[in-house]
Amino acid sequence: MRNKIYCCLLMLPALLVSTAIFAQDNGAPESVMRSNGKIYVVVAICVTILAGLFLYVVSIDRKIGKIEKDNL
Amino acid sequence: MRKSWWKILAAVLLLYTFTAGFLIKVPHIGNLKETIRNLFFHVPMWFGQIVLLTISLIYSIWYLRNPNLKYDIYAEAFAKTGILMGILGLITGAIWATYTWGEPWSNDPKQIGVAIALLIYFAYLVLRNAVPDIDKRAKVSAVYNIFAYFIYLPLIMILPRLVESLHPGGKGVQGNPGLNGADLDATMRLVFWPAVIGWTLLGTWISTLNIRINLIRDKNLLNAE
Repeated sequence: MRNKIYCCLLMLPALLVSTAIFAQDNGAPESVMRSNGKIYVVVAICVTILAGLFLYVVSIDRKIGKIEKDNL
Repeated sequence: MRKSWWKILAAVLLLYTFTAGFLIKVPHIGNLKETIRNLFFHVPMWFGQIVLLTISLIYSIWYLRNPNLKYDIYAEAFAKTGILMGILGLITGAIWATYTWGEPWSNDPKQIGVAIALLIYFAYLVLRNAVPDIDKRAKVSAVYNIFAYFIYLPLIMILPRLVESLHPGGKGVQGNPGLNGADLDATMRLVFWPAVIGWTLLGTWISTLNIRINLIRDKNLLNAE
């Protein structure tokens, strides 16, 4: 289960990188991030914060899981 | 990690909200402009709060029917997360209001209503800490929690409908206190409802973490019963 979650999380940056590569193939470097008034930059930042929050919650969850194993 | 599928669902739904919420085309209504996107972030706070406080209420009723300390721990954790969401909802609402209604606090009936409701729930937390005896604390706070919920509900659901309000759904306006039915077009619904579910699941997740810590902390008391 844990491995599955890590795989999902690892896929996210891979997807982001792939969009950047895709943009460069079109001869317009970083055009995706700079289009639409750079709104994608905001999206990237908010998604990063959210991902960080979730990673933190997951780590707390697992810590509690370990303590539960020893205590209950 | 325990029972993970809904936790993954929470992450997926919120990641979807945070991308689609910024990127979809939104209708232009009044002076809202792009701030209408706040619907995906501010409003789900309140929907999530209602769900979490309702779960808390159910556990309080459960405790009174079957006084097991476990239910008191559940009720407390869900109430706390609900209160957190309420505080976040109030702050985000004030920020939004500054740039659309002109000031962060315009004594809108709904602002006053939720402020009172939050104070009532703060009193719940104060009350809990004021009673040193564990069983008494559980019982008194369960009763108070039921009382608080049934003041909270009219304050956010009934009062805003009776008076004129800057929020959607006041007196003489169609829609409900959360959103104006006609203004919410189909694409916005496709982001809004997943956002509500996602935030609610995240709130539940955080509550369960709190619950599990307290179950370990109080395991001697729980086993004694």
